[in-house]
Amino acid sequence: MREDMLISTRNLSVEFNIGSGVFSKQVLKAVDGISINIPRGSFFGVVGESGSGKTTLGRALLKAAPIARGTATYDDGENTYDLTTLKGAELKDYRKRAQLIFQDPYAALSPRMTVRDIIAEPLEVMGITKTREETDTRVREIAEKCRLNLEHLRRFPHAFSGGQRQRISIARALVSGPQFIVADESVAALDVSIQADVLNLLKSIQKEMGLTFMFISHDLSVVAHTCDHVAVMYLGRIVESAPTRQIFNSARHPYTKALFSAIPSLDPDDRGRAQKLEGEIPSPTNQPPGCKFHTRCPFATDICKREEPALETCEDGHAVSCHHWQDLR
Amino acid sequence: MSLLNVENLTLQFDTDEGRITAVDDVSFSLEPGEVMGLVGESGSGKSVTAKALMKLNAGNAHYAPETKISLMLEDQSIDIMSLKSPREMQLVRGGAISMIFQEPMASFAPAMTIGKQMVEQLLIHSDMSKSQAKALSIEMLDRVGISDASTRFGQYAFEMSGGMRQRAMIAMALSTKPKLLIADEPTTALDVTIQAQVIDLMKDLVDEFHMGIIFITHDLGVVAQTADKVAVMYLGRMIEQGPVRNVIRHPQHPYTQGLLDALPKLDDLEAPLTPIAGDIPSPLERPSGCVFHTRCPKIIGDVCKRDIPHWVDTNASHRTACHLCTVKQGETA
Repeated sequence: MREDMLISTRNLSVEFNIGSGVFSKQVLKAVDGISINIPRGSFFGVVGESGSGKTTLGRALLKAAPIARGTATYDDGENTYDLTTLKGAELKDYRKRAQLIFQDPYAALSPRMTVRDIIAEPLEVMGITKTREETDTRVREIAEKCRLNLEHLRRFPHAFSGGQRQRISIARALVSGPQFIVADESVAALDVSIQADVLNLLKSIQKEMGLTFMFISHDLSVVAHTCDHVAVMYLGRIVESAPTRQIFNSARHPYTKALFSAIPSLDPDDRGRAQKLEGEIPSPTNQPPGCKFHTRCPFATDICKREEPALETCEDGHAVSCHHWQDLR
Repeated sequence: MSLLNVENLTLQFDTDEGRITAVDDVSFSLEPGEVMGLVGESGSGKSVTAKALMKLNAGNAHYAPETKISLMLEDQSIDIMSLKSPREMQLVRGGAISMIFQEPMASFAPAMTIGKQMVEQLLIHSDMSKSQAKALSIEMLDRVGISDASTRFGQYAFEMSGGMRQRAMIAMALSTKPKLLIADEPTTALDVTIQAQVIDLMKDLVDEFHMGIIFITHDLGVVAQTADKVAVMYLGRMIEQGPVRNVIRHPQHPYTQGLLDALPKLDDLEAPLTPIAGDIPSPLERPSGCVFHTRCPKIIGDVCKRDIPHWVDTNASHRTACHLCTVKQGETA
């Protein structure tokens, strides 16, 4: 394990039991043997279609989904936690250091609490501040960082637009002073202009406070603009992982390439030029053998149906899991 | 004669907090086989405009008397505003005009099979027998790329994936052979790879059935890939319209320019994202003059706060409602 990593996982798996009858035990592998390293102070992107396991991975790292196998550790230089065994008082401590920003700012905020109370709640629940004055000072500090003014704090969420609500969610996630933030589709429900505003805010907060972000999104163009490193997931596995620039300029995996070419181009003359992917992502309860992508891959051969490819390093920091990546340049 | 002509569409809603203007003096037309992208942020009135074409807005909606919507069917023109009873409306609702919604799970009845719903609407809108309706429905499911269509015909919406549900929705909307299809954010809830498939499918279907499509979306990339022309709305007003190439490459209105600047661009990862300053005002506090003046970076003075800008032709069939364009045109003239 490298020293400057905030989060490191080895073969991390998350499984859910479904069909709990005596005879019909079925296991859903949502995250299947993932090894990632998230450097301190980085903006780490996770991309994939619905059903790829990206949300479950984020939840596992927040101790909100059960880890079935593998290891996961958190190390911010002062505190170290082993996420596989974390519980009790230690887990409560970890909750202060790792926080989540949700997708839908309309569902995430209680309509019956004032904005001040919404932001203050984590401080009170976690016992971080002792007096009301202390809580208020802290709330005001963080609200200012998220560009909310004192007038806003007295109001209820219904008085705010989508972008303002997302800034309130961000303030609440940041108020306990976390080092690690999982942002799960945090701009997906927003209009483009508001999306740009929230992304700029997240970036500036990350720089200013030296935070580490895991940014989960299905939108490659958003990820490209915000993240330093991108991991692409498909059916619970990482198929490609590389620094953003590299994955954009020289994606190796056919799935990554297809994802890029499926982004609707702003050039009307580009119509029909995209490399189309047939079919849909298979059900995680009924996963194909071999390479999980072979059922949709235009380059699949016999070996892809039989053997699962390993995640190989093709260049420094760039790993790909495909039998044919060397032939597909 | 155009397929659809909308003139001076103005629509207000009575709410507890007062009467709000959702659509303000909107006019446009659509030819058969033409795809119009209707673009704007949430709250811009694009869905309300589309629903007005079938008078599907809630009971508290008031249409201004000068509103005129006419739909050309075969050789007769139908004045939609004059249709009163639900029976008369049936001619357009689901018949001459079909609609596809954003969330297909919410638009199919959960306790009825897909097939039953498809057959039901065909029995209402045509004089087919039940078996003919079933045969056509299965053919349509097959046409939109659903494999094993006769099995899918007997399934419920929850048994299908999101992409497949949206295909079934399209099959259902097109089986009555509508002249006009309204697609309200049909790909927003889908993954990019599935979105690309659905966009392809819709293009094929326009070529085949030659209906007009109003494609509502907030995604300018989707518009660039599907539409022939674009109309941009802000706070209930149409502020720019024109051919898709013109509007996307040479946007004239500061709002359209702002929407484009806010998009993450793939060819330049370093380019900063520029949000449009401020938030969209509440419909209860509609700005006077140009509705965009409270957020406009290029405001030229009191004229923006005072007068509603007129349409200015900035290029062949490319029109913009902005005082800046009026001034520019005055200089060149």
